[in-house]
Amino acid sequence: MTLELKGITKRFGTFTANDRINLKIEAGEIHCLLGENGAGKSTMMNVLYGLYQAEEGEILIDGKPQRFQGPGDAMRAGIGMVHQHFMLIPVFTVAENVLLGHERELGGLKGARKAVVELSKRFGFDIDPDALVQDLPVGVQQRVEIIKALSLDARVLVFDEPTAVLTPQETDELMNVMRQLRDDGTAIVFITHKLREVREVADRITVIRLGKIVGSAEPTASSNELASLMVGRDVSLTVDKDDAKFTDKKLEVTVLTVLDRIGQKVVNDVSFEVRGGEVLCIAGVQGNGQTELTEAIIGLEKPASGSISLSGRRLTGKSVREVLDSGVGFVPEDRKVDGLVSEFSVSENIMLDRYKGAPFVKAGTIDFATRNEFAEQAKTDYDVRAQSIHSPAGSLSGGNQQKVVLARELGRKLELFVASQPTRGLDVGSIEFVHKQIIATRDTGIPVVVVSTELDEVIGLADRIAVMYRGGIVGIVPADTDREDLGLMMAGEMPEHLKAAAEEAAA
Amino acid sequence: MSEQLAKQAAPPPPEGEEQVDRSREFMQRLMTGTPMLSVLAVVASLVLGALLIAFTDERVAKTAGYFFARPTDMLQALWDSVAGAYTAMFQGSILNINRIDTLQQALTPVSNTFYYAAPLIIAGLGVAIAFKVGLFNIGGQGQMLVGAAVAGWIGFSVEMPPIIHVTVALIAGIGAAAIWGGIVGLLKARTGAHEVILTIMLNYVAYWALVYALRSPDLLRNPDNNNPITPGMLETAILNPLPGFKVHAGFLIALAVVVLYWWFIERSSLGFQFRTVGLNPAAAKMAGMNVGLITTLAMLFAGAFMGLAGGIQVTGQVTTGFTSHIDAGIGFDAITVALLGRSSPWGTLIAGILFGALKAGGYNMAAAEGVPIDLVLVLQSFIVLFIAAPALVKTIFFLPKGGRK
Ligand SMILES: Nc1ncnc2c1ncn2[C@@H]1O[C@H](COP(=O)(O)OP(=O)(O)OP(=O)(O)O)[C@@H](O)[C@H]1O
Ligand SMILES: [Mg+2]
Repeated sequence: MTLELKGITKRFGTFTANDRINLKIEAGEIHCLLGENGAGKSTMMNVLYGLYQAEEGEILIDGKPQRFQGPGDAMRAGIGMVHQHFMLIPVFTVAENVLLGHERELGGLKGARKAVVELSKRFGFDIDPDALVQDLPVGVQQRVEIIKALSLDARVLVFDEPTAVLTPQETDELMNVMRQLRDDGTAIVFITHKLREVREVADRITVIRLGKIVGSAEPTASSNELASLMVGRDVSLTVDKDDAKFTDKKLEVTVLTVLDRIGQKVVNDVSFEVRGGEVLCIAGVQGNGQTELTEAIIGLEKPASGSISLSGRRLTGKSVREVLDSGVGFVPEDRKVDGLVSEFSVSENIMLDRYKGAPFVKAGTIDFATRNEFAEQAKTDYDVRAQSIHSPAGSLSGGNQQKVVLARELGRKLELFVASQPTRGLDVGSIEFVHKQIIATRDTGIPVVVVSTELDEVIGLADRIAVMYRGGIVGIVPADTDREDLGLMMAGEMPEHLKAAAEEAAA
Repeated sequence: MSEQLAKQAAPPPPEGEEQVDRSREFMQRLMTGTPMLSVLAVVASLVLGALLIAFTDERVAKTAGYFFARPTDMLQALWDSVAGAYTAMFQGSILNINRIDTLQQALTPVSNTFYYAAPLIIAGLGVAIAFKVGLFNIGGQGQMLVGAAVAGWIGFSVEMPPIIHVTVALIAGIGAAAIWGGIVGLLKARTGAHEVILTIMLNYVAYWALVYALRSPDLLRNPDNNNPITPGMLETAILNPLPGFKVHAGFLIALAVVVLYWWFIERSSLGFQFRTVGLNPAAAKMAGMNVGLITTLAMLFAGAFMGLAGGIQVTGQVTTGFTSHIDAGIGFDAITVALLGRSSPWGTLIAGILFGALKAGGYNMAAAEGVPIDLVLVLQSFIVLFIAAPALVKTIFFLPKGGRK
């Protein structure tokens, strides 16, 4: 089967998110969509999936025009979608989730269970149809989404940034599944910002910029070529930086232990030191205590023991407000939930953690002129693509939301900067920009801590790397440490030959 | 491998969190509808109200008996009943063109609307400000009763110079009700108890405490009267009506409070924190806001508004002594007012005036056309219903439902 988008135009108010898009998706192909943040990829897929109605253009399946009023119509026409944020019900079992919404088609719970078993067998998934979804790891939940789509005989499967939340192994496994689906004759649309993945699985690459299709590329193209095609200019995929120039400022974390709700140690006797003028990257697989560590620094988590101090002043025991006021800039891991209020405008978000005193508040009243001026400036400096500073932050694409957070956190004088997953979901151009900002912040002479699960990012930014595993630090090693070795450390093993270097780096 | 995977599984959400998110989302949906939707909800309710008037009208019922013989009779009766009722309502609340001989006559309906609107607007803000922080203040009744009792007690038992007396009475009412509301916020912030349950329970506490106080001559009861009613307010503690009208300074106070609320929500630093906590408590915490404190303050302020509304009830609306029904259901009407006004300052003002008009017009309609005043309650209920179900309104008026995000 062939799916065709013909002249699709989708507008939000006066803003054109998709401009006369022509796209052909063929069975047995993995079709990658590449494009900057805000280029209109998700919008296009939401039109295809019936979530949005296009103003112009049509969708053809095997030459026949389709009218999708909602996802139900799209599903019936054989289009499935695996969302980035899973749409599963945590307290339901796998089979119940697959059944949900398609009770008749699948023939009740029995049918759903059968479909899960059969499809699992076909793709070599090891999924128990009666397991509760909330007990499953993220990668497996994603497979449940895939099974849900396939159980309705989806012949086109759309994956919108499926790998953003996966570990490298899970990503590899997902790509295998995509290949297998393709070989079975499913058409696959794959959206990702990671060029390595694109080059690995794509059969065809379409590049979209500012809502328009600007061309296609061969899977054999180099990362640099793909990047510049996407962004429209040359992008440096590596981080340029000089050697660290240390200052007297210093973040000290001493035998810090944080317990979770049920009293387990999620951060376990962690000690390290970050000097002014250097970047310490904290590497590790998601969920090994990094989140809790950063939350302890910012004052959201009360540590069970240990201390944190910044240039001699204690941070432990202070409220978030006091920590922020002592000059700590913080980029939270989940910007949508913790970093922004999506209903608020860009300029309101710019003052989110500066709601007291100068420069934005005078005599208890918000000084709109000053704030908006600052927001305009930030919008220009950080190249935030928003219709205006009054647009709600929720309408911005992921990359632009992150720029708003950065603009806020870096927009004042800092003594320490902590960023968690600062480039998750960002396009290569924005990543380049964010990395430059982080290095520039380091060069002002303050300590910088970056938590990242992306090895490339860690290696590019770090002056030193600390690897976390199960709440503890496996080791602190120099930035030029071998990837293989870092991989081992992320699994909790400290290679013998690194021990000397680690001792030196930790000192 | 699978062990490693299992470890990365997102921790299951703690119990109850899911539920809270759901209700928060619903509340946000209630609040973020367009003004258009509010207008349409009112229109739809008026139409339903018309049907109700028509089908409970005796003449309509009679003429329906011979509908097929003389259908025009029934249609005429239908028209008469509905047009009559709504005309009476309009005449009672806005303008009666048969009575415009003097300026005073011409202005009477509007002034009555404003008279009824004053406590509704203020109480509406008491619900609205809690909404802004994501809290449902069902405790308007209790807070108003506390405010009214304290303001009233000062009004009839303490002697003070004019103006100062009313002012002190109102401020005391505000303070007492603020504490009454603040207790809820504090309990919610400290223990996580749900504000809906707390406010409902405190309604009972306030009501029965007032009933008790009204039985005892040492407390509130008028010693010269055997009924549970207080003495009348002293002359100095009364918001005197404009000569020839019912309306008094309460309406001006309401306008001032709306402006204050506007400044607070839209302009002030604290209001910014209120809105942040209401929309995204996680982000608020991360930005260094004290969510517990904001929750407490929100209920405190909500109580303060309710206390002022209660104070106006005793110093302006019913000055001859009050009973345990002095709240007049306004604590609950306020929820509708805030919903209809989407908790915005001007929206709440307009919704409050509309409800004032319904009340003023309703009394006139009951007097002139014999349609029970309860119709006003029915209309209000329909309005809430339509606002809670925007999809329904959109379907009725053939509006596009819009893509889900
Ligand atoms: N509901 C909406 N209202 C207004 N504007 C919107 C809405 N949804 C998306 N946009 C705008 O449309 C543009 C395209 O957004 P879209 O989400 O499709 O980008 P994307 O290519 O998927 O980006 P990303 O890589 O960051 O996910 C953005 O500029 C965004 O601000
Ligand atoms: Mg997207």
